[in-house]
Amino acid sequence: MTMILPTPTGSSSTGTAPVRLAVRGLRKVFADDPSPALEMLRHGATKAEVLQRLNVNVGVAEASFDIRAGEIFVIMGLSGSGKSTIVRLLNRLIEPSEGEIRLDGRDLTGLSYSALVEVLRRDMSMVFQSFALLPNRTALENAAFGLEVAGVKRGERRRAALTALERVGLADYADRYPNELSGGMQQRVGLARALAKNPTIMLMDEAFSALDPLIRSDMQGELLRLQREDARTIVFISHDAEEAMRIADRIAVMEDGRIAQIGTPAEILRAPADEYVRAFFRGVDASRVLRARDIARPPDDGLPQPGLEPVAADTPIHALLGRVAAAPGPLPVVEADGRLIGVISRAVLLEALDRGEGAGREVRHV
Amino acid sequence: MSDAALIDVEWLSETIGGGIARGSEWLVNTILDHGQPALSVIAAAVDGLGETLDGLLLGVPPWLLALVLAAIALWRVGRGFALFTLLALGGIFVMGLWEPTVSTLGLVLASTALSLMGGVPLGIWMARSKLADGLGKTLLDLMQTMPAFVYLIPAVLFFGLGRVPGIIATVVFAMPPAVRLTALGIRQVPVELVEAGRAFGCRQHQLLFKIQLPNALPSIMAGVNQTMMMALSMIVVASMIGAGGLGNVVLQGIQRLDIGLGVQSGLSVVFLAVVLDRITQSFGRGLGRPAAAGKAKRRWWRR
Repeated sequence: MTMILPTPTGSSSTGTAPVRLAVRGLRKVFADDPSPALEMLRHGATKAEVLQRLNVNVGVAEASFDIRAGEIFVIMGLSGSGKSTIVRLLNRLIEPSEGEIRLDGRDLTGLSYSALVEVLRRDMSMVFQSFALLPNRTALENAAFGLEVAGVKRGERRRAALTALERVGLADYADRYPNELSGGMQQRVGLARALAKNPTIMLMDEAFSALDPLIRSDMQGELLRLQREDARTIVFISHDAEEAMRIADRIAVMEDGRIAQIGTPAEILRAPADEYVRAFFRGVDASRVLRARDIARPPDDGLPQPGLEPVAADTPIHALLGRVAAAPGPLPVVEADGRLIGVISRAVLLEALDRGEGAGREVRHV
Repeated sequence: MSDAALIDVEWLSETIGGGIARGSEWLVNTILDHGQPALSVIAAAVDGLGETLDGLLLGVPPWLLALVLAAIALWRVGRGFALFTLLALGGIFVMGLWEPTVSTLGLVLASTALSLMGGVPLGIWMARSKLADGLGKTLLDLMQTMPAFVYLIPAVLFFGLGRVPGIIATVVFAMPPAVRLTALGIRQVPVELVEAGRAFGCRQHQLLFKIQLPNALPSIMAGVNQTMMMALSMIVVASMIGAGGLGNVVLQGIQRLDIGLGVQSGLSVVFLAVVLDRITQSFGRGLGRPAAAGKAKRRWWRR
């Protein structure tokens, strides 16, 4: 059983959950004979170098990561960074050139066509940026598609599809065709199609990128709500830093076909691995992502000032600004069980909010 | 120009031109010598199909057939066109050309059916395989640019005179649009739809029947329409080798220099063409994407 209790976003408490997807040394080059390009990549060549030397396009130069049960793992990067290729390598819509993709320890790259089809039917579903609904089918028939393909009987699959449509709030639209639905509703059908077969892993390729900002925000909320209910393992591709910060348990930032950094939103904000990552998240409002726990530091003299009301470790720091400003000294931060994990002083708070060139230099991990 | 060059050209023309002629003769002879059993099976099957359709259509009283066609016209196109269908068929009947027209209809339906049986699978194959696509394109270019009359020669050599060679020559002539538009339709299915199918665990045949063909249907139906129109034009020509139907009447008109008969039979072909064209076109519009069709027409194929 891999069902895991829901975890608050932004925390790293899925860190103890079992690994569902283990990706090692994954590479994809688009060439009839991939070996020279792979050889170059193994020696650390960049996408641009391979393109220039061999005229070969590199989708993924090198990627290794673990995705744990129940987490929302966001892979983000600019267009051309290889994020859409990676998600298609995970279900072999694109065949990897090299590397391993282990699902619960079983290497998917070596599977026969039939075995792969079985895995896709049982374990994985996918949500697409362009929705990819079948125009000749109603919302219900679209939602039932995965089950239909897997040979589930008509009555049973329609029940499951209707339940899935109910969960995304579209039960009343079951008999409508995609072109009678708005973009947001179409993507809800796409989500229902992915949910109906009750997959353990959902791949979401820029699932909300084609939607208006308001609808997008709604859908993110919807995804988080669904995730609280059944804690699937979700791989979410995005180019939107705000979106990644909001929904991710962990984020992998891709740059030129390689992973520049993997970490929780707070870790990435606090200590970006390089200028690219820092620049990527510069626009993000850190006070809404970071929580008291993320910035609390051991008090200078070992004990916090007595008499100050402690702050819950989960509190986002934008809710702390006034209290920290008004307090006579650093505020103590406690976990839910009452354990003291540190204090937040005005200086610490200001450093955490400083998103400029010097950010991250002074603040250390607790 | 030098003598040497002239001699070369003659030599070339002898080798290549003669080669092509000898080659085709050899091919025909080989098929005739060794392919007799296959040829007779094909002939029997085609004749059976033609006979059945002919008998079926001629067995129905003219008024009933006219009403059925008008009803289809009403359902698929509209009231005005239903009226036109009735008037057109009535005109054909009054001109005394009902029987040859119905024969032609039978021949067209038989040829179209056979063209589709060959053309649609070929189109699917071309859409899926680069090799098939390359070979197929060459073959189709050949089939489409070769003057129609040329098909009549091997058809007669293989199958003698009559309905069978007429239908077969027509099938060869009319098949290309079915192949091309099937292949085109499948290739134009949006990539994400195919990805969605694969991501949800479609096997190859499920991908074909649940995703590719339904979404290629408008294009395939356009191919059906084109094929049927080409079959109609060719089957008239094929009356030269005894295919029968309206073509025979046209030929009589030519032989007797009877302008009246010529115009009457020509008009009958046109009427038949318009009726078939509009009806098959309407199927192309309504399928695949419900948006394109009116609400009432949307679901007939799904129930």
